[in-house]
Amino acid sequence: MEFLLAILIGLLYASGLYMMLRRSLVKLIIGLILLSNGANLLIFLLGRITKGKPPIIPEESYNFLDAYADPVPQALILTAIVISFGLQSFAIVLIKRAYKVVKTDDLDQMNSTDEFS
Amino acid sequence: MIQHIVLYPIIVQLLLAILLLFSWNSIKIQKLISAGGSIISLLVSIGLIMTVWNEGTLTIQSGGWEAPFGITFVADAFAATMVLLTAISGLAVSFFTVGTILKARLKFGFLPVLHFLFLGLNGAFLTGDIFNLYVWFEIIIISSFVLITLGGEKKQIEGAVKYFTLNIFASVIFLTAIAVLYGLTGSLNMADLALKIAAIENRGLDEVTAILFLIGFGIKAAIFPLYFWLPAAYHTPPPAVSAVFGGLLTKVGVYALIRVFTLIFVGDVFLENIILVLAGFTIVAGALGALTQNNIAKVFSYLIICHIGFMILGLGLYTEAAIAAAIFYVIHDIVVKTNLFMVGGLIYRIKGTYSMRDLGGIYAKYPLLSLLMIIPLFSLVGIPPFSGFWPKLSLITESFKIDNYWLIAALLFGTFITLFVIARLWAEVFWKKGKKLPEIQNFRYYDKLKIEKKIEIVGPILFLAFISLYIGFGAENIQQLAMRVGEELMNNQMYIQAVLGK
Repeated sequence: MEFLLAILIGLLYASGLYMMLRRSLVKLIIGLILLSNGANLLIFLLGRITKGKPPIIPEESYNFLDAYADPVPQALILTAIVISFGLQSFAIVLIKRAYKVVKTDDLDQMNSTDEFS
Repeated sequence: MIQHIVLYPIIVQLLLAILLLFSWNSIKIQKLISAGGSIISLLVSIGLIMTVWNEGTLTIQSGGWEAPFGITFVADAFAATMVLLTAISGLAVSFFTVGTILKARLKFGFLPVLHFLFLGLNGAFLTGDIFNLYVWFEIIIISSFVLITLGGEKKQIEGAVKYFTLNIFASVIFLTAIAVLYGLTGSLNMADLALKIAAIENRGLDEVTAILFLIGFGIKAAIFPLYFWLPAAYHTPPPAVSAVFGGLLTKVGVYALIRVFTLIFVGDVFLENIILVLAGFTIVAGALGALTQNNIAKVFSYLIICHIGFMILGLGLYTEAAIAAAIFYVIHDIVVKTNLFMVGGLIYRIKGTYSMRDLGGIYAKYPLLSLLMIIPLFSLVGIPPFSGFWPKLSLITESFKIDNYWLIAALLFGTFITLFVIARLWAEVFWKKGKKLPEIQNFRYYDKLKIEKKIEIVGPILFLAFISLYIGFGAENIQQLAMRVGEELMNNQMYIQAVLGK
């Protein structure tokens, strides 16, 4: 399982970077989404995967006797997902606006702020 | 409970932002709340730094969860200094905003978002938890995205696309670094991480994580090969926004770099060398960039990059005096860079253009204003006894101690080019005979403003110029503060002890 996840994360990072390096605005956003999903999975993987052992103590017992899933990575991922969701919605609105204003989705044409004046 | 003062700067800004949201319909009330709140925030920050100075590092555990399990908020001398600087430049900017930002922008929630940005900054400086730092960074960048796009001009949108792409990318790398760090140590508390990282046997993994942090924060701080988004974006929004960005946003990256590399990843010679090389290149690249530009806002953007190099250099040298010099430079730079973009805004208000070719004749028409504007310019260059001189002096002496003449050359080159660029700017913008520029329709020229509007524009510049003068002439006091911060940062045991109590 860990092995498969590691490969999946690698693929997500690689394809995210590849998409970001394309010239199209839409592909830029897709690349960013893939990258942040890759990062979320990475936290999940590095928090050690424990199957079927929720981090909840039964009411009557006072200490853990068995291995249990680490709740912290799950909290981290939840936070990161919410944040990246917000950022992505902003990004999508921004590229729509950029397309309307600049009238192209080619990033190479969006260079008026870099020109000498 | 004296520790509660750690949270006050965050709470004040949060309440302000919420109050501003509730007075959405009335810009007048918003302006009053923002100005009054900024003054309260400044007083709270002064209170915080006085307490920290007298009592030592203060910590508070949120929700009463013992460190390292809960989120800790820590105010050491470094954090308290940064909070104070945020409050100073926030006060100036909130007044400048009121004077310069168009009504249309204010109507769409400019001021609430500005205070959310300050909330994020204060949080980032005061937190002692690395994931919490990530969350505050996100608050900062989301607010800055809104500020940079609000208004929706073509150049703003284009700049925003680059700005947000690189910032989100930096956040993803930062998150990746946190993931690896958590996998290695199982902890997120920075003090606890410092202990656990030191105990890791596989130094290779430790170094990879450190490099990930260097890249993530490096993009945000705009250090050498990662700075290209900055000059493309920082000149696009209105001057008040550029002033916050130029003064504070890149410095958060520098703050995070200094914090992480003096607390968690310490004593790695390989990393120190990388940081030194990057610092040298950052100085040279920023200086050369500033030389080629004609738009004054872009010149200032490149000067930001150049001077980020000075701070990183102090970190790379990694001695107590060098770190103190870097801190002194941060203190000087936040005040001066904020002021510089406001000066740019004032010049724009007077003439209606940023281009050095068309500008000119400001000295003949406004001699007193020009004399005011020269204070930040001279401070930036560091002509003694203005504020930029002292930290550069210590940086050069510290570089001599390790016999690294390339660094000294880069430092002197950066300083000289800054001097040259500012001299050229002075000659072109202030001394040169002014051309008759075609009048722009509906543009609110400085001449035509009412006297109270003029005060709202010039007042903040005057305020920050006085602070700059104080930093220059009262260098003794600032140096004491910087030395205290340097001492605390170099002995990270003090931080760890304050947080974990052992």
